[in-house]
Amino acid sequence: MSTESVQFHHDADRLTHDLRHRALIQKALGGYYVKRDEQKAKYTDWQQARVSAAAAKYEAVNHLDKYLVELSDKLEARGTKVFWAADGPEAADYIASVARNAGVKRIIKSKTMTGEEIHLPQALEKAGLEVVESDLGEFIVQLREEPPYHIVFPSMHLTRGEIDDTFQKKLGSAHADTPEELTMIARNVMRRKYCEADMGISGANFAVAETGHISITENEGNARLSTSLPKVLVSIVGIEKVVPKLDDLAVLLPMLATAGAGQNMTCYNTLLGGPRQPGETDGPREFHVVLLDNRRTALLADAEQRDALHCIRCGACLNVCPIFKNIGGHSYGTTYQGPIGSVITPHLRGLQSWKHLSFSSSLCGACAEACPVKIDLHHHLLQNRRNAIAEKPAWWEKPIFAGFAWFMRRPALYRLAAPLLRIGGPLLHVIRGQFFDPVRLWTATRDLPPAPPQSFKEYWRARHAKR
Amino acid sequence: MPNDSREKILRRIREALSVKAPARHLPGAASSGHQPQDWLPPVPSSTDELVALFEKNSLDLKTEVRRCADAAAVASELDALAKENHWQSVGSHRFSLGNEAVSALGLPVVFTDQPYETDSLERCDAGISGCDCLVAQTGGILVTSASAGGRVLSVLPPHHVVIASAGQLVGDLADAFAVLRKHYGATPAFASFITGPSRTGDIERILVLGAHGPKKLTVLLVQA
Repeated sequence: MSTESVQFHHDADRLTHDLRHRALIQKALGGYYVKRDEQKAKYTDWQQARVSAAAAKYEAVNHLDKYLVELSDKLEARGTKVFWAADGPEAADYIASVARNAGVKRIIKSKTMTGEEIHLPQALEKAGLEVVESDLGEFIVQLREEPPYHIVFPSMHLTRGEIDDTFQKKLGSAHADTPEELTMIARNVMRRKYCEADMGISGANFAVAETGHISITENEGNARLSTSLPKVLVSIVGIEKVVPKLDDLAVLLPMLATAGAGQNMTCYNTLLGGPRQPGETDGPREFHVVLLDNRRTALLADAEQRDALHCIRCGACLNVCPIFKNIGGHSYGTTYQGPIGSVITPHLRGLQSWKHLSFSSSLCGACAEACPVKIDLHHHLLQNRRNAIAEKPAWWEKPIFAGFAWFMRRPALYRLAAPLLRIGGPLLHVIRGQFFDPVRLWTATRDLPPAPPQSFKEYWRARHAKR
Repeated sequence: MPNDSREKILRRIREALSVKAPARHLPGAASSGHQPQDWLPPVPSSTDELVALFEKNSLDLKTEVRRCADAAAVASELDALAKENHWQSVGSHRFSLGNEAVSALGLPVVFTDQPYETDSLERCDAGISGCDCLVAQTGGILVTSASAGGRVLSVLPPHHVVIASAGQLVGDLADAFAVLRKHYGATPAFASFITGPSRTGDIERILVLGAHGPKKLTVLLVQA
């Protein structure tokens, strides 16, 4: 087993037994289900809307070269500098050099999972820059030096009491009782930071090729402030974020809000196509868009799973996943948690190290049903399993199946097994879970059903004997 | 500056796309003749119904909508807002629906359509702006630098007041994009849909208004 896999099983085991954690997640998600269903019911046809959204992303991803070039040209036409980064270090080096050239000291960041993926804040801090996260949930986990728990709700695993402790310790704030008071503490801290920062960093939810814009979706207003107040702005955009037309957003923006948070529309949806233009009185003087590959092209090359690049990072698949709900976001050990994380992480970071995520699934398909862009998530989990085994077969599988086949071909032996199980069954109960229990991996978390008094063959024979 | 990997990435993409992906889940015959936005929540066509839908969505979003019969009513509503909320100073810009009402307040005004200090705008109690259009389907307000006094006025002060006319209502986002094309030809460098006052649910998923942007959002809707 890979070290990632050992860590995963350890953390998953611990959190599955943490009832407090489970109650917290169920309460949070319970509210989400109600809002999401209310909102979905307002659609003329949610299923057809999903098909339309999937079609827009299919067109973009399957003509990615064309739309990226169009996006880049249109952005540059308004004075935006576009940088194409093959991997994380290239992106981080470029952003650090932009900061150096502009004499930047303080950076205000609005939530970007792509930045998280390449450990951008850490790289910039190493370069001697102050990086402050402005999204409330991200700010809280940054203070606690934790990774985000969920791609949309980063601090979902924390109670107000824990957040209050963190604020008192790290910000020296007074005790606060309510989410309202805690939010206002963060608001006041951040107000100064926006005005003092020399550079803003954002992610993007979409990038529109037709008009040359990135589109940022957020509720708090932190992205709007981070992208308009500092003199330099850098937006980091995964190459799969591109959509062909502006009108595609007419469907994708409401669907992202509904699938992601049960909202009609997220509070701020902002299109950014360039730095301050002639006639504008505010906005950044410099605007850099970093288009990041970081092995997305490897996923693109897998035609079978290419639709995983349709993902709009709404988090809907996490919210319905029975695995996520039990093991929580941190157990995954990945930037992207839940079903989509289990599907794409092996492509982004290596199949053999991350295959365990695809095996840790009930394959119930709730994720694929929830996905607003119709990614075949649970099929991709199966394909990852198949690919992992084809690449590196497990040595014990062949002999086990050969032995099983040998056994099944011998009816006399097979008939002997049933009475043995009836004798052995009660004995198994006695040694259950102990070292010499041969099925302890099963009985550790489940009941072993008692052996039936009669096998089917015996039942059939007895029935015929009566007639 | 490090070198960019444009050609390398484009080459990898073209190699990857040489194998075609299975076209699952694409629109079938059932959706021919439909626009994708036809599947979203339905929108009415008459202005009165659009206004009613916008008001209903605004209520859910906690946006306050005040109807005003004419320009004089706008001035008195704005004055009432100023008194209710004890405004000391406001940020604004020059726009036809707002000019008179803003100057009638008699308060210090930071104009953001001319060079201004961020700190002085930050100290304002309200930002008063126009918009490009109002979106009935979502309860959204579309702003650009030209229509709303820059990129910052509509998000920095704690109370954002939008003055708009009922004629500015459109059905859905696609209609709003058409308004942008009509107003500016090409889509401008900055545009934002504002759908309710700033909010967060990051602490125990409990809604709190005014996370970083305005805690209050008021639309003064001129009927004429």
